[in-house]
Amino acid sequence: MLCNLCGKNPATVHLTEILDEQMNELHLCEECARHKSAAMEQQFGLSDLLAGMAEFDKPETAKEKEGAVILKCQNCGLTYADFKKIGRLGCGECYNTFKKYLSPLLKRIHGSIQHTGKSPLKVTKVLKKKIDAQELRNRLQRAVESEAFEEAARLRDQIKELEKKEQI
Amino acid sequence: MQLNDLLNHTSEWLKGSGPNSDIVISSRIRLARNLDKLIFPHWADSVQSQAALDTIKECVLKVDSLKHATFFKLSELDSVDKQFLVERHLMSLDHAQKSGDKAVVVDNEEVISVMINEEDHIRMQVMQSGFNLFEAWDIIKKIDDDLARELNFAFLPDWGYLTACPTNAGTGMRGSVMLHLPALVMSRAIDRVLAAIAKLSFTTRGLYGEGTQAMGNFFQISNQISLGPSEDEIIESINGLIRQIIEQENQARQALLSKNRPLLEDRINRSLGILKSARIITSQETIELLSMVRLGSDLDMIKGVNRRAINELFIITQPAHLQKIENKKISAEERDLKRAELIRDKLK
Repeated sequence: MLCNLCGKNPATVHLTEILDEQMNELHLCEECARHKSAAMEQQFGLSDLLAGMAEFDKPETAKEKEGAVILKCQNCGLTYADFKKIGRLGCGECYNTFKKYLSPLLKRIHGSIQHTGKSPLKVTKVLKKKIDAQELRNRLQRAVESEAFEEAARLRDQIKELEKKEQI
Repeated sequence: MQLNDLLNHTSEWLKGSGPNSDIVISSRIRLARNLDKLIFPHWADSVQSQAALDTIKECVLKVDSLKHATFFKLSELDSVDKQFLVERHLMSLDHAQKSGDKAVVVDNEEVISVMINEEDHIRMQVMQSGFNLFEAWDIIKKIDDDLARELNFAFLPDWGYLTACPTNAGTGMRGSVMLHLPALVMSRAIDRVLAAIAKLSFTTRGLYGEGTQAMGNFFQISNQISLGPSEDEIIESINGLIRQIIEQENQARQALLSKNRPLLEDRINRSLGILKSARIITSQETIELLSMVRLGSDLDMIKGVNRRAINELFIITQPAHLQKIENKKISAEERDLKRAELIRDKLK
C-alpha cells in the first residue's frame, strides 16, 4: 500500500483520525507521518491547553492585564506572555515572579496549592529553623501577654541569637 | 556497560514477575527535578544547558545509588541506539527526538534511568516488574536523597519541586502502571473503564507513553495530580484504582471463559498460528497477536509456548531491536520480513 498523502512511498504508519465525528483511516509513509504528527501536536499541544487555562485567569482591569503580559522573570528573562504562548516556565524563579497568576492556575490543575510531600534535605533544615523562630516568637507573645517578663527576656535573646545565625 | 549488552538482558518491564504479573506488566515511578536558579532546558541556550548537563553528570557519576549506572550522551548515539532505548522504556520518545545537550543514565539492571535535560533538568525513573509501586518508590527516594545532597533543587515550601510545566509541580512525581487488559477490550467494557479513570483525574496512555495510542491491549495509567497529596497518598490512590481494574479484567476473563470459550480459544490459537507461520509482519500486528497469545498463556489455554519467549518477543520485534540484532539499518519492508523470521524461530 502506498502512502495516502504523498502517494510515493510505502505506507508503514496507520492512523485513525476523528474529524467531525467521522472516522478516517490514514495510511502514511514514515516521512509524511512525521509531518502529520508535528502538525497534530501544534493543533492540540498541551501548551495550548495550559495557555488557554492561563488565559482564563484574566486580571480584572486592562492595566493589570498589561502588567501581567510585560511581567518578566529577572533570572531567565521569560515574560508571562512567553509562558502563555509555550505553556512552560523558564526557571524556578519564574514561580516567584508570576506567583499571583500561577497560584489560581496551580489550584485549578491540582486542586491544591499546598505541597505536603517530600522536600530536599537542605530545605528541610532551613524550614525547620524558620518554624523554630516562629514558635519562639509565638511563645514570646504569650509570655508578654501573661506578663512573664523574665521568660520573655530569655525568649527575646534566643530569637536574636537565631536571627544572627541566619544572617551568617 | 555497552548499549549492546542490553540486547542479552531482559528488560525489567518484561520479566513477567512480581505481584499480579498476569495483568500488571510493570510499575514505574518518575520524579522531575530542576536545579535552583538554572534555566530550564527548553529555555536555556547551549552554554546554559551544557553547564547544567556537566553539573548533573558529575553528581550522578558520584552518588552511591547510581554506582552501577552508565552515562550516555545523546549526541553520541545514532538514531537506532536512541530508538532502542525508547523501546526498552529507558527514555522518552521526546528525549530521543529533540536535539541538544541531553543525556541518559541507565543502570545495569535497567531498573533505574535518569534523563538529563529532558523537559526538566532531571527526570529519574525506577521500574519494577508487576504491581509494585511502593517498591519503586523506596528505590527512587534514595536516589533523590543522594542527588539532593549534591545538588540544589528548585523548591518552594508551598509549591514543592518546581518544574518546567506547572502540571508536574509539587511532588514532581508520576506513578504509572502498565496493564494488559485484553478481556476488557474484547468484551467492549474498556471505554467505560477508561472514562471512569479520566473522571478520577488519572491519565491513560499507550505502550510508549505520552502521545502514543493504546496497542495490543496495553494501557499505561498514571496520576495527573502532583501537588497537594504526598507521594505515599498518590501511590495509594493509584493502587486503589489499579486493584479495581485488575478485578474488572479478571471478571471479564472469567465471563469470556464461561460464555465464549470456543471463540476465545479460536482467537488465541489463530493468533499463535499467524505468528508461527507469517512471512511478512508489521510490529503493530505482532503486538496485537502477542497480546492474544499472552492471554492464552495466562489462561493455560496453550501449551508448549514459553511465557518468557512471548515476553521477549514483545521487545525484540520492535524496529530498533531488529536493527540491533541485524547490526545494520534496514528498511521498514525488510524489517517486516526479518521480524516474521525471528518470530517463527522463537516459537518453534
